[in-house]
Amino acid sequence: MPNKLIKDGAVIIDDWQLISADTSDVAQLPSGPIIIPLSLWLVQRQQLAGRGQLGILLDSDQSPKLITDQLHEFSLIAIDFPAFADGRGFSYGRELREKHQFSGELRAVGQFMRDQLSYLKRCGFNAYALENAELEPALASLQDFSNSYQASIDQPVPLFRRR
Amino acid sequence: MLSKTIMYIYNEYDQQLVDERVDQYRDQTKRFLAGDISEEQFLPLRLQNGLYVQRLAPMLRIAIPYGTFSSTQMRMFAHISTKYDKGYGHFSTRQNLQLNWPKLEQVPDILADLATVQMHAIQTSGNCIRNTTTDQFAGAAADELEDPRPYCEIIRQWSTFHPEFAFLPRKFKIAVCASESDRAAIQMHDIGIEVVHDERGEVGFKILVGGGLGRTPVIGTEIVDFLPRQHLISYLDAILRVYNQHGRRDNKYKARIKILVRAMGIDAFREEVEAEWATIKDGPSTLTEEEFNYARSFFHSPDYSAIDDGAAEAALQKQAADIPIFGNWLLRNTSAHQAPGYAIVTLSLKATGYAPGDISDQQMLAVADMADQFSFGEIRASHQQNVILAHVRKDQLYTVWQQAQSEGLATANINYLTDIICCPGGDFCALANAKSLPIAEAIQRKFDDQDYLYDLGEIDLNISGCMNACGHHHIGHIGILGVDKKGQEFYQICLGGSQDKDASIAKILGPSFSADEVPNVIGTILNTYVDQRTDEESFLDTYRRVGIAVFKEKVYAK
Repeated sequence: MPNKLIKDGAVIIDDWQLISADTSDVAQLPSGPIIIPLSLWLVQRQQLAGRGQLGILLDSDQSPKLITDQLHEFSLIAIDFPAFADGRGFSYGRELREKHQFSGELRAVGQFMRDQLSYLKRCGFNAYALENAELEPALASLQDFSNSYQASIDQPVPLFRRR
Repeated sequence: MLSKTIMYIYNEYDQQLVDERVDQYRDQTKRFLAGDISEEQFLPLRLQNGLYVQRLAPMLRIAIPYGTFSSTQMRMFAHISTKYDKGYGHFSTRQNLQLNWPKLEQVPDILADLATVQMHAIQTSGNCIRNTTTDQFAGAAADELEDPRPYCEIIRQWSTFHPEFAFLPRKFKIAVCASESDRAAIQMHDIGIEVVHDERGEVGFKILVGGGLGRTPVIGTEIVDFLPRQHLISYLDAILRVYNQHGRRDNKYKARIKILVRAMGIDAFREEVEAEWATIKDGPSTLTEEEFNYARSFFHSPDYSAIDDGAAEAALQKQAADIPIFGNWLLRNTSAHQAPGYAIVTLSLKATGYAPGDISDQQMLAVADMADQFSFGEIRASHQQNVILAHVRKDQLYTVWQQAQSEGLATANINYLTDIICCPGGDFCALANAKSLPIAEAIQRKFDDQDYLYDLGEIDLNISGCMNACGHHHIGHIGILGVDKKGQEFYQICLGGSQDKDASIAKILGPSFSADEVPNVIGTILNTYVDQRTDEESFLDTYRRVGIAVFKEKVYAK
């Protein structure tokens, strides 16, 4: 069964493949779109650069600050949530969109939950690889709130400047 | 909107967000009860809606933003306490109201009822930005620079459903003060904000960071001495962003911002914050004059009557002399008001025999009526767990006292030994190591001689049932901490804490005591103070002059 995820408000088939950090021979990598862990990128950067359809996976303790000068290499950035209570990724998402104008796919992966979707969306994530969850019903959680007080990625103007 | 309000009133956006929150939580509760959400996943969801699961039952903590609420809202508390609980509530040390016996499946209905009176339980627990607290006398106190509540409301809106900071390393508490005397204990908060004016009269904020009680009590450190007020939100964003990314997540006892600030050092921490801030400063979150005016427009001074203060005061002093019991109350339970002919009344929730901060549904209704009749329909909750009528005419104080007395709300002990701050402790709380309420009661019973209490002068006695320090024992002049020793409840005593501008953390006196011993130990401490004091010296003054050794020697004398 193909992997599915929520992207841009719909359930779609995921054609990206996550590559293991232990991969030693990058010549053997599949030709389609791949997501590589940061550690692999750091050692194989020369071989992987310019490949196209390249995504990178950041762990929750790997700030986007580690790759800010290389963001043009990636059309996807995946941020791992090792537990739903680990909220570092929310700041990373915001930093990538706000400070670095990253415009590719920003994907949440790991142990986050459906009830965090609206916050993830507001922090700039547009794809959510929810594990162990029914995706169609989860779409509703993206619409939990019709407005918000703060400036955020999906609404850069805070409410006090709009009301 | 009413033409002239004295507190914040929701607009359509506020109401919509709170209503949508009720719907969201109703759905989450339904999915939890159906088994679609695990216990573990439901935990942060219910916590961020104020629901703990305690020793005997769930506990619901209702937010009272910066401690100001209306008689209508108080009546709703009474209704909810009667309908869904056991007919009483408990004012917490963070100006919130707690219900001890709600049913988990009824909480969405309670929240829906609250939403009808512009109230909620959003972010009253969990690892997120909590209810912002302030001076319970805000807008009324004689020593106030300006009313801090418009800034509190701006912070409330910014912190509510902040998408980036709902899953912080640990809980996060902000307090604001704008007066000479710090009644909000801002030095004991993750962020403490003091409203200040510079030499040109411009408004700004002095901001402290990394204060807090709990396992490792720390006094906040200044991060900026004057932040022009338009930058408040972007600066808070920058602090929280540094904390969210660098605060420890491996050990919950080391996860508060105070540990991060200490580990990095304030200078390195400030540098990080300034670097974050530089990227968002002057952006869309910069506050506008219109926004300040809008926030301020809700907090009008009430329509005070023109009163000759001298005459009102003279009449009052005569009443006080004629009826000494009223005089006692007047002296202890009223405070100076900024408007001539008015006073601030603190209704004591510290009657002996009742848990500190507890209030019955009948008392709630009585306070609501008194607020309507005597204080423009407005009420405050203090972090000392009392309720306040902030704007009472001096010529109506006697009537207020009589009514308060008939409701058991006139114990004349505000700021005295028996005005004990106390957490619910082991009787209710699942975290507690020891009971705290029976200790408070035993102390109140032992020291029931009013003349003796008044002679002792003002003494803050604070009791916590565990290291989490909800009873603020570290900042009591006398603090009591419940500890567990091999399954037995013991109590550690500490001395010399203070929550005011001269804030200090209390020092541990020595080995702990059994519950039975505590009242006598307190007696020895008080006797030592009386022996040592010079004229006009308060307990804290004497302690600071003579030091802990003198007390230690008496208490542990063989």
